[in-house]
Amino acid sequence: MLDIFIICLLALGLAWPLGHYMTGIFSGQRHFTDTLFNPVERLIYKAIGVNPNLGMTWKSYGAAFLLSNLVLGILAFLLLKFQHLLPMNPDGIGPLSWDLALHTAVSFLTNTNQQHYSGQAQLSYLSQGFLIVTLQFVTPAMALAVCVAILRGMLGGRNKRSAAEGEARDLGNYYVDLVRGVLRLLIPLATIVALLLSWQGVPSSFEGAQKVQTLDPAAPIAQQQVPIGPVAAMVSIKQLGTNGGGWYGPNSSNPLENPTPVSNAIETIALVLVPMAVVFMAGGMLRRKSFSWMSLAAMGVLSVVFIAATVYSELQPNAAFAGQAMHGPNMEGKEVRFGPELSALWGTFTTQTSNGSVNAMHDSFNPIGGLMTRSGMLISAIWGGIGCGFVNFIVYVWIAVFLSGLMIGRTPEIFGRKIETREITLLGSLIVLPTLCVLVLTAITVAIPALTGNSNPGFHGISQVFYEYTSAFANNGSGFEGLGDNTPWWNVSCVIALLLGRYLPLFIPLVIAGRMAAKRVSPVGNGSLKLESPTFCITLVAVILILNFLSFLPAAVMGPIGEALELATISVEQ
Amino acid sequence: MKHKTTQALGQSAYQQAALDALAKLSFKSMAGNPVMFVVLIGTLCTALITLQKLISGAAFGFELITTLVLLFTVWFANFAESVAEARGRGQAASLKSARKSLQARRINGDKEEMLVATGLAKGDRVKVLAGEYIPADGEIIQGVATVNESAVTGESAAVLREAGTDHSSVIGGTKLLSGEIVLLVANDPGHSFLDKMIGLVEGAKRQKTPNETALTVLLAALTLVFLLVVVTLVPMASFKGVALNITMLIALLVCLIPTTIGGLLPAIGIAGMNRALAANVVAKSGKAVEVAGDIDTLLLDKTGTITFGDRQATAFLNVQGVSEQALLNAAVLSSLQDPTPEGKSVIQLAEQKGFITPATPKDAEFLPFSPKTRVSGIKLGAGQCIKGASDAVKAWAGQHQLTWPHDADGLVRSVAQKGGTPLVVATETQVLGVIALSDVIKPRVAARFAKLRALGVRTVMVTGDNPVTASVIAAEAGVDDFIAEAKPEDKLALIREEQGKGRLVAMVGDGTNDAPALAQADVGLAMNSGTQAAKEAGNMVDLDSDPAKLLSVVEVGKQLLITRGALTTFSLANDVAKYFAILPAVFAGALPAIAALDFMQLHSPVSAVMSALIFNALIIPALIPLALKGIKLRPISAEKLLRNNMLVYGLGGLLLPFAAIKVLDLLISTLV
Repeated sequence: MLDIFIICLLALGLAWPLGHYMTGIFSGQRHFTDTLFNPVERLIYKAIGVNPNLGMTWKSYGAAFLLSNLVLGILAFLLLKFQHLLPMNPDGIGPLSWDLALHTAVSFLTNTNQQHYSGQAQLSYLSQGFLIVTLQFVTPAMALAVCVAILRGMLGGRNKRSAAEGEARDLGNYYVDLVRGVLRLLIPLATIVALLLSWQGVPSSFEGAQKVQTLDPAAPIAQQQVPIGPVAAMVSIKQLGTNGGGWYGPNSSNPLENPTPVSNAIETIALVLVPMAVVFMAGGMLRRKSFSWMSLAAMGVLSVVFIAATVYSELQPNAAFAGQAMHGPNMEGKEVRFGPELSALWGTFTTQTSNGSVNAMHDSFNPIGGLMTRSGMLISAIWGGIGCGFVNFIVYVWIAVFLSGLMIGRTPEIFGRKIETREITLLGSLIVLPTLCVLVLTAITVAIPALTGNSNPGFHGISQVFYEYTSAFANNGSGFEGLGDNTPWWNVSCVIALLLGRYLPLFIPLVIAGRMAAKRVSPVGNGSLKLESPTFCITLVAVILILNFLSFLPAAVMGPIGEALELATISVEQ
Repeated sequence: MKHKTTQALGQSAYQQAALDALAKLSFKSMAGNPVMFVVLIGTLCTALITLQKLISGAAFGFELITTLVLLFTVWFANFAESVAEARGRGQAASLKSARKSLQARRINGDKEEMLVATGLAKGDRVKVLAGEYIPADGEIIQGVATVNESAVTGESAAVLREAGTDHSSVIGGTKLLSGEIVLLVANDPGHSFLDKMIGLVEGAKRQKTPNETALTVLLAALTLVFLLVVVTLVPMASFKGVALNITMLIALLVCLIPTTIGGLLPAIGIAGMNRALAANVVAKSGKAVEVAGDIDTLLLDKTGTITFGDRQATAFLNVQGVSEQALLNAAVLSSLQDPTPEGKSVIQLAEQKGFITPATPKDAEFLPFSPKTRVSGIKLGAGQCIKGASDAVKAWAGQHQLTWPHDADGLVRSVAQKGGTPLVVATETQVLGVIALSDVIKPRVAARFAKLRALGVRTVMVTGDNPVTASVIAAEAGVDDFIAEAKPEDKLALIREEQGKGRLVAMVGDGTNDAPALAQADVGLAMNSGTQAAKEAGNMVDLDSDPAKLLSVVEVGKQLLITRGALTTFSLANDVAKYFAILPAVFAGALPAIAALDFMQLHSPVSAVMSALIFNALIIPALIPLALKGIKLRPISAEKLLRNNMLVYGLGGLLLPFAAIKVLDLLISTLV
């Protein structure tokens, strides 16, 4: 239990200065990193033909974001489809099917890293080491850029002093934000974490698979192939960039990806480090430190409750042992090295942050643990993915502000800007989107059992399908497993969930922030809503919980809750 | 409270509202309310299921009762709206009677012709004689008259209207008591003030206000979410081999969608307008009332709003060597025949001090205020008693060879420093002392400003007085800021400046020179006694012509939003308990494991669904009084307001249905 505290405190302690650093690199002011990075960045801007001093309105910022994603997506698809014709393929791996290539390309493009393939067996070094790793660096920085633009918009944009009311606002330059996010944030961080992981024994090599003798001479195979590669580098960005796609299929439960307790602690901290730092960065960018503290309190309360529930759940015996003489924690699908507590901690963080890497099988968590991991993804704003998590959080804040604003008798406003019908229409679409996407896809899939490829009948079967789409929509990428998910139906339907779950929740808030930026600002007075107050914080947490509770309780009853109740009934009968 | 609108509705009015609510049970009239529209469709579905069961000879009791409860849910929502509308209708009826069959005497060149008032067009000139009804809204261009406006304002005391003053406008349908006027018609037929008011109170022209539209969109989004939740439940259940009861699913849907706020939303809006009307304020749109709740700055004229219109005597200060009694005597004598309010207030104050006013002596001769002497008073034989401004009396004293007391200037200065106007009193033999005239602040004004300040509204006083006087009044009344020596055009500049800082500004005005400022302000409250131009420019008219009414309007606006927000929160929080009542019932039998969710231990699936549905339906009429009255606005900070409302409507909304559903379930299980 002590290790959980140490890991959480270390993560918070590191996130605070990191958030300050991020405020610095996105503020547009002179920064101590300028001398090192400015020359490199100038080269990049020249190469892609971008004028870094050009400000963008929400329209051009959004267009640049979508266009850059389209270009990257097409490149990724082609690379995966034709990897057998391209270099860096020492193991002679073949091409992916069109639907698997599409799913994989979209999955990594959306910073989800949901894998319907098995890493080391189906991807060439070029695909893994170059394409996937590139996307793992670039895509979190893209969402972070949008988040930064939204934060600028909330204060009226960079040209708020000169612009008239209703005039389009300058939300920054997308390419500059993107390049800085990669160059000044993720690459240095990933380098540090990769070095730390190599120190702990994670492979770091460009050689092909190692052929080794099996330890047991009686085993039917005499020689075993152990794939290695630049694992440390990839694992570090997998964890830091809320990516989650491992080098090895079993992800961080594999001893080569996560060999020691120290590496496990480093990787757990890396899971939440940047998402937590974004919370501190937001306070810096909004020039309201107290907003950071309020956000931290709201997210922190939810995070701690979820961790506690999951840890409690995994400390209970596996339901299969109910009524047996055996007691002890649920160890099914867990590494003995990590045990229930560290597996539960990882499981909660990885689902809260839309990371999706695992060090244990979530499919085998006890039902309450399964419910917590799922809830973390559905809320998608307890830390959340880099950038997109905080954007989701802002959406919840807007909704809570609308309700609270009414209750204090003023047209709801945030930072002096009113939330009116146009904003509510857009927010309404974001409220409907998760149900529309996750529940409808789940319903279609279970309605046609031939499509589901389900390994479990009953509640657990529904649970798996629900989890898969939730994970895709939340751009999380963790799997409940047990699904034969490499089929055209799964690949294509998950692509839909991935795209809807990535682009609308980033683009729509950008539109809202961009439009609100140009509104008249009313001064803050005694009658204004105070965001940084315990009352609003509690209201916000209540809004987050109630919205998700109301949207997903019936589906959860058909899945994990039903399962838990069923298991409870069985154990009573026994 | 002179209006029928504020009185409780009679029994017949409720019966009428109940019938009106029935008439509203159509898809067309409910299309604007997505939440209740879904309930209506649900009702149709359960009705069809009932019919089908009836034909096939199956048991249909549950379906029939569900259909009835759903029907009542829709009817209750319509009833809320009808009751709110009925409250305004009483006044509309009296207004309509004022409108009909008016005759007009139109001036056509040098001829006059009689015609029906509806034939008048904008710009026509009309002559009205004493005893006649004024045929149309307009501006008096010639003449003075007293008018009885009771048909519109409910106030039977006559008001004075005069051409070329700030009180030159008259309203069609009111009666000319005396005088003869020529009037310039201000509107084309059908667009008169009366027509607008009738339209407003009847709700015929009611448009959704911006915030109401925003909330409707949010409620529609939530309704869509619940629709998806319920529909997708069917295939998930059938994956488990369970066929769900459609009637139960419709019941679940109706319980989940925010019917409480959805049903009461139109009533809340209409009631807000009615509350403004009950305060005798006619808002030209619901939007104006809503905006009033957001006002950051109130611009108030000192005179008439903060203080009584006239300065009044507040102290007698005698010079050394003169008794107070002598001063009182002289002051009262000098004011005996003074017709001005200032003069009357001198006598009033003296009487308060125990002075007995003598009858006017027979030989008294009134010395009226003249521009030459700038003093006024009375001549008693050889003697004189006068009062006037210090410099004027000094000159007068010089003419009468009186010595100027050494402490007189000090007294004069001390009164001026406190913002008062000093009047020096003298007789033909000596200078006696000083009367202090000061503004008297209206009762309860300071308390209202304090309440507004607590709600975050800044008050700015505008006055033509010098800064010293202005600051004294400002401090005494408790306004946040003041503008002294203000000219009428300064108001417009000030409004623009405040708006430039992002503030929403409200102001009161009555004169034609106020019109630009009234139009510029976000809320412009025109006085009914004011000019036509002012009334056209403002977006509200106060029938009582009481500038302090603006404060009530701000409160109504805030109440409107608070009521909506609190009931939305309440409606959403209710859903938690309803889930726990209905979900186990929906799956009862088929999936026994889920029965464990039924921790309320309800009697049976049918009674559980019924209890939730009946609670869902009954909560609407139970909250109608709250929707109509509005949630009480207390002068506390935003944070406290939010905390209180979250506790009552959030936490309360979470817990109440658990208890209520349990009680209903017990009732149902004992009855059946």
